Amino acid sequence: MTAILEAQSISMTIGGATLVDAIDLHIKAGEMVAIVGPNGAGKSTLLRMLSGDLRPTRGQIKLKQRDMHAYPPRLLAHHRAMLSQHVNVTFPFTVEEIVHMGAGDAGRATAQRLVDAALGEVDLAHFSHRQLPTLSGGEQQRAHFARVLVQLACGEEQHGPGLLLLDEPTSSLDMRHQIDLVETARRRAQNGTAVIAVLHDLNLAMRFADRIVLLHRGKLAVDGGRAEAITAETIRRIFEVDVTIDYTDQGVPFLLPQTMRPAGPPTA
Amino acid sequence: MTALTDAGAKRRSGYALRPPASLTLICLLAALAGAALVALTMGAAGIPMARLPAALGLWADASASPTLARDQLVLWSIRIPRIAAAAMVGALLAASGAIMQGLFRNPLADPALVGVSSGGALAAAAAIVITDSPIGQSLHFMQNQLLPIAAFAGSLVTTIALYSIASRSGRTSIAIFLLAGIAIAAIANAGIGLLVFIADDRQLRDITFWMLGSLSGATWPKLAALAPVLGLALIACVWIARGLDVLVLGEAEAFHSGVDVERLKRISIVLVSAMTGVAVSVCGVVGFVGIVVPHLLRLAIGPAHRLLLPASMLLGAVLLVGADTLARTIVAPAEMPIGVLTAAIGAPFFLGMLLRQRGLVSL
Repeated sequence: MTAILEAQSISMTIGGATLVDAIDLHIKAGEMVAIVGPNGAGKSTLLRMLSGDLRPTRGQIKLKQRDMHAYPPRLLAHHRAMLSQHVNVTFPFTVEEIVHMGAGDAGRATAQRLVDAALGEVDLAHFSHRQLPTLSGGEQQRAHFARVLVQLACGEEQHGPGLLLLDEPTSSLDMRHQIDLVETARRRAQNGTAVIAVLHDLNLAMRFADRIVLLHRGKLAVDGGRAEAITAETIRRIFEVDVTIDYTDQGVPFLLPQTMRPAGPPTA
Repeated sequence: MTALTDAGAKRRSGYALRPPASLTLICLLAALAGAALVALTMGAAGIPMARLPAALGLWADASASPTLARDQLVLWSIRIPRIAAAAMVGALLAASGAIMQGLFRNPLADPALVGVSSGGALAAAAAIVITDSPIGQSLHFMQNQLLPIAAFAGSLVTTIALYSIASRSGRTSIAIFLLAGIAIAAIANAGIGLLVFIADDRQLRDITFWMLGSLSGATWPKLAALAPVLGLALIACVWIARGLDVLVLGEAEAFHSGVDVERLKRISIVLVSAMTGVAVSVCGVVGFVGIVVPHLLRLAIGPAHRLLLPASMLLGAVLLVGADTLARTIVAPAEMPIGVLTAAIGAPFFLGMLLRQRGLVSL
């Protein structure tokens, strides 16, 4: 598989503090990668650098063999789409109008087809004429995910599979829609899209990704398959929590923190 | 009946009904034509509807009767340029308000409210005093061209200052923005006060005109300054509409969606300043048009800028033609400054918006 994204020793220093320190990442087409780590490890900063939003103070990022910052914004949007964690919309746009924003310069018929498909995928077709600010946080997050899916699909029609970046995409979603989102992302990966998500929940990360990138104090601590990346020893060292790791029937690891005192018997 | 109740219930529960764009524009154009027609007939010298076609010189010979000659003179050298100026100024102010609100992602932004108009008025007043003084005497012949340029420059400096104060790394604080606007307006007004202090009687009258806002000085040469800016604004509005829509997501998100955010911001700032500046140079500070018109339209047709900007131009024109007709008839034969009128209507409206959107303004 070809490399979609190559980050070569990228660093970000702001006001003397190094938030991200010399990280190398190579992401191939069709890979699903989860970026995890404790608070302040530099996950969101790394993701913003990989999106082209922040320019690394050192190092270089190549998207499809071309310097990321050499792309004009419109062309860059054809090759990578990004879902931010908090998007606050002040004007009463409808869900459909918001999702349409992902279509950019696509023709009217193409745009409408992609918008309808994306609204169906995030289970919001019945809300398409609702004003976005009147929806719940989770519903808004799904609407923005649909917008990003439209952008990704538009780019794919012209330039082939690209890069999908997700910053805490499941933070306000209920369990069913978390699963839907992961499944939707996986379908994109099967078509060749490289998917990178910052995730908080390690269990979800192990469900989501083939490959886990664990950050600690701005440095790359571990980069590998979920079984090698997430061990009780690594979790203790980096998160300072004791965990037991068990496996589902399909061999997917899951973990339970042990440091926390379990709840006592219910008092009657 | 059931359809109507359904529609009402849907709107209350957050469903949006969007009338077709063509219908919206046709209705607004009809309203503008109606307002202009009424404005033509009313004034110090009343011209009844029956005499209007003849007075417009469509098929009558002026030498035939003295009444007709007087009507034609009133219409062509006073009333028509004034109505045209009112329409163009209204269009510019309403659309520049809508662009500014899109740029700051804030429905409470208005060029007059946050000092952009005052900045333009200060520069225009300075231009009056300088071109009238012995040093600037050589420039006096081009005062007509100099005023719009000075007002544009003043508005531009104010908008840039406002933007750099209120924005930090792509996020705009609405509270800081409004407070900075108050401070900037105060600085500009202090400057105007100083100019009033050093001005002689004739300059004083000109400067007072800027502070209150009036269309009584509208003449054909002034229309020549308004028309090209309005034409440019129309073209630019089509060009920046999608960018302003996407900007509502935030600057980083707009960039992720493929918008060249820096270029969009530069174009918007120059556009808002040019539109406000040239409007101020013709009729002084007329406030609240830029906040009332886009707000009403967002409720009726939605916030998408491709339709909102041209519709704002039309409704702004209707509103100002109406307000100006009122201003010159309500206390006839005297004339009320139109800025006083729009503030009397617009300020309570703004307070109402503020009360409904308290959550938006948080320190």
